[in-house]
Amino acid sequence: MSISHALASSMGGIRTTGDLVARMQLTRKMRLPEAKRYVADKLGVSTRDLTDSTLMRRLREELDIGVITSVPGAAKGLEAKARIAELLGIRINCVELMKRRVAAPFAEVGR
Amino acid sequence: MATVLTRMGDGYSVEMTAEELEDDLVAGSADAAAKAKIPPLAAQDYDYLVEMFRCPSHIWGVERGNEAVVTKDGSTNSVYSAQLSSGVGLPLGREQAFRTFERAFCFDTMEVGHTDYSVKPAKPIVVLEQTHVEAALQSAIIPVFYGFMPNMGLYFSPDGPYPNPSDLLPRGKISEARAATEEAGAKLTDDVIWLTGKMAEVGADGVNYDTTASTGDGEFLATLRAVEWAAEHTDLAIEVGMAAECVLGFHGELTYDGERLAGMWPHQQLKVVEKAGAHVFGPVVNTNTRRSTPWNLARALTFVKAVTAEASIPVHANVGMGVGGVPVCETPPIDAVTRCSAAMVEIGRVDGL
Repeated sequence: MSISHALASSMGGIRTTGDLVARMQLTRKMRLPEAKRYVADKLGVSTRDLTDSTLMRRLREELDIGVITSVPGAAKGLEAKARIAELLGIRINCVELMKRRVAAPFAEVGR
Repeated sequence: MATVLTRMGDGYSVEMTAEELEDDLVAGSADAAAKAKIPPLAAQDYDYLVEMFRCPSHIWGVERGNEAVVTKDGSTNSVYSAQLSSGVGLPLGREQAFRTFERAFCFDTMEVGHTDYSVKPAKPIVVLEQTHVEAALQSAIIPVFYGFMPNMGLYFSPDGPYPNPSDLLPRGKISEARAATEEAGAKLTDDVIWLTGKMAEVGADGVNYDTTASTGDGEFLATLRAVEWAAEHTDLAIEVGMAAECVLGFHGELTYDGERLAGMWPHQQLKVVEKAGAHVFGPVVNTNTRRSTPWNLARALTFVKAVTAEASIPVHANVGMGVGGVPVCETPPIDAVTRCSAAMVEIGRVDGL
């Protein structure tokens, strides 16, 4: 049943820009049209282009924000999300957590 | 005479005349409008629904450019769990299942959740839950929720320590039943807050409080209080998915922000959920198995339109098994699911499903 929804009505996740539009709903409580306009503006495309997998596959690779196919060297996971956060001007919790942890000094241990 | 092949609310096929189809659509909408005192569907809505149901195609979809965001309750249980979660029993761990939803099913967001998908059983194994949320956050790109049901029923005897209102009310012990609801509700709020905080610690993107108000107004109030805490003390996105279209009044006198919770319809539930600070609201409309899918869908759309017309936060309607017009069937037929899915977007104007 999940796949039925994905095919019938879904934006398509990282195959297109569904994750990006979702993040604007989740971080700024944007309704769908506003969230789409925001992401489209950031990407320099029309709102209809947001779900065009042909265009978005190439654009996501150019922006290095994670692509649906497995490409060695392409940003994945936290790396992709860090770039998404910067691109959209939002905070992503796990990215912020990683930054804090990476920047934390090492503990003094038996020196 | 050409007939329309569609479904009943129990999933079985039914053939209807064009006239019967239109009558059912109007009747379903009128039922919702009368109960909740909201507008029925508009003429252009019926035109769309008639065209959709008369189309003989196996699947239906939204127009290009109108696609919406998908969030999911029940987490990855549908892939690796058993019949109890309508699961297909694949030999996959939660991390593998999560990545499958991201990469193979192309979901926009996804969640991790306990196989026994309630806050009470998740508490003792929270470090395992956190571990899998962390693993998903490391490797996935789509937003990662942690989902669970408040499910206050588990706090009442025989499953929990509090007296059961379902036992007390038939014996006329109304004040005792209300006291049990209030005490269990306070404990539930504490537990939901605690588990939410644990997910915030590991950097989750959000939490999903699923089937909220399954045991009525007491559970609804307890969850709203947890939403308030989460909104104030964490950076989590908070999704509140409901259990039914009308909040049951097991207590009957509980209020939030001066509004009585018992008897609230979706457009009224929305207001208190917004007030509490949630980011996403998921209305539910239950399917009547004795009615046709057109009847059920028109009814669901009428409730949901009243929500989206007033919402200031995203609305992700529940369109799962037995809700949102979808038949009550372990294997919901794709012809019905895709029609309900698309109609919720095109007519219901939802921001997601």
